[in-house]
Order: sequence, then structure tokens, then C-alpha cells
Amino acid sequence: MAYMDKGILELHKLLKKGEVTSDELVRESLEKSHEVQASCNAFVTILDEAKGKEVTDDYLSGIPYGIKDNYSTKGILSTGSSNTLKDYVPFFSATAVENLARHGAVPVNKTALDEFGMGGTGTTCHTGVVTNPWDHTRMCAGSSSGSAAAVASGVYPYALGSDTGDSIRKPAAYCGIVGYKPTYGMISRYGLFAFASSLDHCGVLTRSVEDAAIVVDAMKGIDPKDMTSWDSSQVHLYDSLDKDLGRKKICTIKEICSLENYPNASAELKEHLENFQKTLNHLKDLGYTVDEVSIDEQLLKAVPSVYVVLSCAEATSNLSNLTGIVFGPRGEGDNYVDMIKDHRTKGFSSLIKRRFVIGSYVLQKENQERYFRNAQRVRRLIVDRYKEIFKDYDAVILPVGSGPAKKLEGSTDILDENTQILEEHLQIGNFGGFPSITIPDGFIGGLPVGINITGNCYNDELTLHIAHDLESQMNYKDQIAKEVHHD
Amino acid sequence: MTKYLAKIGLEMHCEISKTKSKVFSTAPNTYSDEPNSCVQPLDMGFPGTLPVVNKEAVRLALMASMITNCTQPEYIWFERKNYYYPDLPKGYQITQETKPIPVGIYGYVDYEYKGQMKRVRINNIHLEEDSASLDHYETTSTIDYNRSGVPLLELVTEPDFHSGEEAMAFLEHMRSVYQYAGISDADTKKGQVRCDVNVSIMDASLDESNPENWGTKVEMKNVNSFGGVRDAINYEIERQLELKENGTYDEMPQQTRRWDEDTFSTIYMRSKVDALDYKYFVEPNIPKFKVTKTWLDEIASSIPKLASERKQTYIHEYQLSEYDANVLIKEKAISDYFEECIRLGMDAKTAANWVTVTIVGELNKEDLSIEDFYLTPAYLKQITDAIKEGSISSKQAKEIFYKACEEKKEPKNYISKDNAQISDVSVLSTIITTILDHNSAQIEQYKNGKTNLFDYFVGQVMKETRGKANPVMTKEILMKELAKR
Repeated sequence: MAYMDKGILELHKLLKKGEVTSDELVRESLEKSHEVQASCNAFVTILDEAKGKEVTDDYLSGIPYGIKDNYSTKGILSTGSSNTLKDYVPFFSATAVENLARHGAVPVNKTALDEFGMGGTGTTCHTGVVTNPWDHTRMCAGSSSGSAAAVASGVYPYALGSDTGDSIRKPAAYCGIVGYKPTYGMISRYGLFAFASSLDHCGVLTRSVEDAAIVVDAMKGIDPKDMTSWDSSQVHLYDSLDKDLGRKKICTIKEICSLENYPNASAELKEHLENFQKTLNHLKDLGYTVDEVSIDEQLLKAVPSVYVVLSCAEATSNLSNLTGIVFGPRGEGDNYVDMIKDHRTKGFSSLIKRRFVIGSYVLQKENQERYFRNAQRVRRLIVDRYKEIFKDYDAVILPVGSGPAKKLEGSTDILDENTQILEEHLQIGNFGGFPSITIPDGFIGGLPVGINITGNCYNDELTLHIAHDLESQMNYKDQIAKEVHHD
Repeated sequence: MTKYLAKIGLEMHCEISKTKSKVFSTAPNTYSDEPNSCVQPLDMGFPGTLPVVNKEAVRLALMASMITNCTQPEYIWFERKNYYYPDLPKGYQITQETKPIPVGIYGYVDYEYKGQMKRVRINNIHLEEDSASLDHYETTSTIDYNRSGVPLLELVTEPDFHSGEEAMAFLEHMRSVYQYAGISDADTKKGQVRCDVNVSIMDASLDESNPENWGTKVEMKNVNSFGGVRDAINYEIERQLELKENGTYDEMPQQTRRWDEDTFSTIYMRSKVDALDYKYFVEPNIPKFKVTKTWLDEIASSIPKLASERKQTYIHEYQLSEYDANVLIKEKAISDYFEECIRLGMDAKTAANWVTVTIVGELNKEDLSIEDFYLTPAYLKQITDAIKEGSISSKQAKEIFYKACEEKKEPKNYISKDNAQISDVSVLSTIITTILDHNSAQIEQYKNGKTNLFDYFVGQVMKETRGKANPVMTKEILMKELAKR
């Protein structure tokens, strides 16, 4: 009997009844980890020595889960999927991981990511490419690639992710699962390897909204080690899922999801957008008002550039601690400059180096006003526009990406200009620190696609409530990846 | 020199030593000889660590901003200064720039130089973190992260000094300010104060208020003692004067030089064109926070009395001489000792005498700091009280003082026992006369040759004084008095 394809509450019930033990769950999860490692290359480390934990009244107690490898885990290799940290074993754990440990959760593996979270393909991990469990010729997207592949494959009910642009929410869509990043600062970032501090969020990948709520309830909390964290003790995500919050007004954005914006739309894109409209009907059936609002196209078109400028700038500074002097493989050289150069030249993938060059360029004195500061200003304008929308609407609902998972072969991070905004709008959630959740909403050619719901800051309960409502109208809850066979 | 005028500016870095923990981590802010013993993960730049602002460090920085008459900001922000160096584990220093404004901007400081009051304008004062410290050996270098993240105040002056001596007087003034305000021990021996100095030369006939006339700025980095600052400036003035005299001054590029204590000269490091671009941007992990009026008022009212204020009190309220007042305020710990004496009810002049002469002398002789001095104000008071009561003479008091210091015993031990003798001639004479008046029979026997009765008389005196009579003096007076009869 397999258990790891079940949700948290069901597992909890079975554990409490004594029908299965925590040790048995851990063993099954480890076995499954090795299978998925062979098929998807999803992990940096599998914790074969992991043992079950005591089952208490806590929903998460005794249940296995996965940790993205950019979370610092005490005594466990934590690489950020980078050669610069290929042997790094931290002596302290991230606050989110410690919080879960207090709830009795059992980590069984560390999942692969695009190096330090920088990338959206799952192809830049130092352990190699992560493949999509639905179709191994396709990507999971990234950067929480390993977490998405593992949860979708039924290794465990949930895995931790991090999200700077869309790193939880896009892989979730490509793998047919749920990905949720709460409001900025609800989960402490202490112990999360920094990529772009003002955009970085911790979050989770699950197979149901319910599980996402349960896990984040346990991960969150104000942390004296993170000045950007806030007191969310009054926020009860799981308890709010079924509560009537009396708010049923949501909107889409015309410039992003209307088919008429894409005159050269592929059949796939057409299907994706039509499916999106169909999904909206489910909400209308539940009594939701779904309006279409408009945002200045210029502003939307600026989103990817703003993201690149800000994230690269912060990244080049944040990752300057990687010198190979205190930790990581020591570089060779006669002096410290050569040693640092050697460490960084050998350690980083070319994609990251490209981003560092961009980041340095936009921060240079002579460029800073034109690029970095302007990007900050445009970020503010975009966020202000969203906040204006949130005065009238409880959430913005949009399709994720331009269709299902992309082929690995020939994939680049260079984007098709026509559908760029479809691919990149999730970054707005990071600009504003908005709570944002992706859930599966159908299939195209046998491959899953997703839909995203983004609410206003601190409105996590409402955002999840809407997602939960929508999920209940569809049949994709708790779905496990079934490999699509090509003719 | 009359043809020319030197323009000198200082950047004074002083560690805040009076907080419990570092400026952005919870590691203790203490000086330790054991390398890497006062360190938290952030201080070594481990992945995933985040800075958390130490509010007490900000409070002390704002206090320094007030004392230097700067304007305080509405919000506190921090910025990153990005560069690679082995003593900088994160690859950037968290500091403050002038936009947005740091803890203080555009102030001034009045200080005394050769008996005259001088004013230097302050461009800004900001709070930042110190770097780790490096030790270089023949083939290797070591890094000690104890200093990494220690709060550091950087005070930037306008180029208002004209000589090394003037700059040094200012630094000594600021050291006193930091000590008296309880911000820092400002101990140069522990490397708590480090200076960058800039020097240029202008023609004295030109208008000094116009920066265009100031000449070419030469900066000297990391001068670690006040004497070093003075010497570096004076050396640099001479060097630049020579260039002026031989006509090559205008060819000199704006540059950074290093003060070399061994050769007593400045050495070229790099020109301005090679200066690093630090790519400053606002630290995203520290949300800006509001400096409320209430908080500023609280800080303002908690500024301790500084040296100059104490000096005024000493002169005007306690009627001390300016010389004594200066000796008392030179070191805060000594001034604190003196004030404790006053608080215990000692007479100000008496206390000042003891402190400025006897105690300072003893400290110098024993090479002690007053914090380590055995004889606390309370102990000193036992001695001065005994003098006041007339139970000891001032000569005895000195003896008791040294004995108490040497044997580390409370002075009262010496006052009530062996040293508390009656050695006053008139007191003893009165007692002896009375005794002799009542013993005429014994005097007669004594006169008739029963000389061992002398001890009887001594015994009577001792009995009368309960053994406190000075035996030598008693015998002398007895001899004289008996001879008279």
C-alpha cells in the first residue's frame, strides 16, 4: 500500500489510527526519492538515514517532506545547487526549517534548483538537469524544479520552495500541482540563501490548497533574526479555507489574458487562454464576480526589465560572500584577488555570471540613476497600480505562462517577445510582496497547466480561500504526475 | 608657511564600545585576544544570514549626532558599500551614505586649541560596521572576525584645520566627548580609533571660503594614533610645500597615500582615477525605520555631562582652580572618581587635593588606571573624615593612605588601632600635667631616687588615654614635666 500520494490530513488520520507508522512513511518516501532521482534527477541529497518522528496532534508530525537546497540545514549538505558550495554543511538551520521541525515534520531530501534560484528552467543545477515527471523531454521550470518534480511524483505531500520571480508558482503549474508564496515577511528568510533580498520569498509546493495552508501555518511567524518578518499570529490559513469571508470580487487583466493581444497565437496558447476563461466560469458558478480590468501596456511591458535590473543588482551584491575564503572550495592564486577570481570562475555557471555582469553594470555610479533607480521607480508604479486594483477587487486571477511545460531541447532563458508578459507577470507578486498561489486548472496535450491567484498584502487568508473555492470545482486536487507517452 | 595655508580634513572612525552586542548581529561587542571567539554566522558572511539593527548602537550614534550639533534624520536607512577584501566577509559593508541622510549631517564642534576656542564644521556622522582584522605573516595571513560587525561611528569634518597640532587637539577633544558620553572608550591602543586624513595647500592670499582655491586633495588612509595623524599631516604639508616651492604642485594628481610610521613619511598608494566604484544601494534587509521626536527627546535628555560642563561646575561651584579642574576632567574615570567623592559628602577642595596630587601621583607611579585603584572614594573618605575629627594628623593621613594601598586594607583599620595615636603635644601635656598634679607622693619618691616610678607615670598616661598616647612623645614630655617639679 502506498501512502505518499495522499494529502497531509489523510496521512495524519492514518498515523493517529496507527494504520501506518512514521517510520514506514519515511521508508516509502526514501524509496520513492531514489526512483524520482533516477527519473527526474530532482535531488541534491537524499537523507537515507532519516527516521520517523513521534506522531502528535500536530498535522505535520511524522510526515516526510523535502527542502529546497537553498535552505540552510544544520548538519546537512546545503549547496544552493552551486559548485561554490558543493561541500558546504551549515551549522545552523533556516528559521522555516526549524519551525517545521517543531511541528514534528521529517525532512527526507534536499531538492535541486537552478543555481541559487537564478533561473526558470531547472537546467543550471550543479547536479544536472531536472526533468518533468509528466514528460522527461520537458522542463519543470524553476527554480524550485526538484521540489516541484518530487511533489508531483508523490515522493511526499509537500516540499519547500523559494520564489524571487515565479520560482514556486511556475514550476507548480508545469508539474500540475499547487505553489504558494505568502506575503513578503510572513515566513522568515533567515537561513534562505539570498538571491534578491527585496524579492525573495519562502513558500511551499503541495498537491492541494489545504496542504499549502497547513504547511505555511507551520512555517510562518515573526523572527527576531529577520527584520522584514512580521507578526502573523492572527493569520490562520487552514482555518480560513472554509470560512465565509463574504468577499467574492475578483478580476483578470485584459492586456495579459485576452486572446486578442496575441494575433500570432499558437494553437497551444489559444487552448491555454480558452481553458483559462473556462476556469473563470467555475468561480462565477460559485457566485464570484469576475471583471476584466486594464493596465497600461507600457507598465506591463516594463515588468521583465525591472525584474532583471533589480534582481541582478541585488544578486551581485548578495552573492559577494562567495569567495571561497571562509567556506566553499578555496580558490588557487598568489593573492586574495586571484583566489577569489579562481573560486568564482570555477564555481558559477555562465548564466549566473551573465547576471552578475548585468547587476554590476546597473549599479555603477554612471548607470545607477538610468537603470537601477528607474527600475525601482517603475516597480513602485506597478505595485501602486495593483494596490489600486485591490481597492476594488479581492484578487487578480491570471493564467500561468503561455501553456504547458516547455521542451528542454532548445530551451533558453531568452523570451519570446510576443508572449513575454504572459510568462513574466508573476514577478509583480514579488514586486509588491503579494500573496500569490498557483493551482492546476487543466491539461493541454496531456500536460498540466496552471492558473494564478494573487491578493493584496496580508490578505493571505482571502487569497487561499478563493483558490480553495476554485480547486473544489475542478478535479486536479491531489493529482500525481502520469507520464505522457509519445507516439 | 605664511605664503600658504594648509587645508586639513579628518575622517575619524571610532568604534562604539558601549553596546552589549555588535551592530547587526548578536555576537558580544567585547575586545578579546582569543581570535574568532566573539562571532555569529553573520559576522563571517555565512549564506542565509541577515542583519538585525542594534537599537542601542543607533541610539548612541544619534547621541553623537546631537553632541556634534548635526541634524538628525526622519528615518534611519542603511546602505551597502560593495567591494571585495578578505576582511569583509559579506563582500559589502553595511554603512550609511549622505543620501538618504545618515544619523547626522551638517553640524559643528567647538574645541580648545592653545587656550582658544576653535570651531570645525562637521559634514556628516554615520553608523557602520567594522571589518575583520588581518594579520600578515611571511607566507600567510590570518583573519580574526572578532572585530567584524563592531559598531563604528565615522565623523567627517570639513577641511577646517590648518595644522597637525590643531587636528590632534580636535581628536583629543572628540575622544573625551565619546568617553564622557558613554559611547566609546575610544582607546587607540585597542585600535578603537582610526583616521583618514586629507591635506591640501592653498595660497594664503586667496579666498579660503571658495573651495576652488583649496588645492589638490591628498588623502592618507588608516592612521592609527593621534600622534600619527599630527606627524602625517605635518610631513604632508612639508612635502606639498616643497612641490609648491619648486613649481610642481599643480602637476600633482589627486591621490591616496599611506602614512608609514617606520620611515616617518607618506607613501603613494593610488591616484583618484583608480578609485573603486562602491555601487552603493539601500540595504534591502533593513526596512527604513522612523526616528520619532519622543525618542530624540529621550536621547537628548540622557546625554551625560561632558568634560567642558564638568569643568565649569568645578571652577564655579566648587571654587577649584582652572589647573585642578583640567587635571580632574582630563580622564573621565578620574573625574567620575572625584564626583563620587563629592557625592559621598567630601569637601570639594579636599577631594580635589587628594585626587589631583596624591592619587594621580600614585597612579602614575604604579602605572595603574583609576578603575583598578584599590582605594575607592568611600575608603578615601574614611581618611578625610578622620582628619576632620582630629583623630589623625595630615601627615598620618598620608601614611595611612599609602599603607592602605599597599596592604589593600580599609584605612579604618589603621585609624582605630596603631595609627590612631594621640601625638598632639598640647593634648599630651595637659593629660600629663593633670596626672602629675594628682601624684605628688610618687613624684617625691621619684625625686628621691626611686627612678623606676617613671614607668608608673607612663602607665598612668596610657591608662588615661586607653593606650592611644604616643609612647615616645609621652616619655619626652614626662621627662620635661618631672624635671620642672
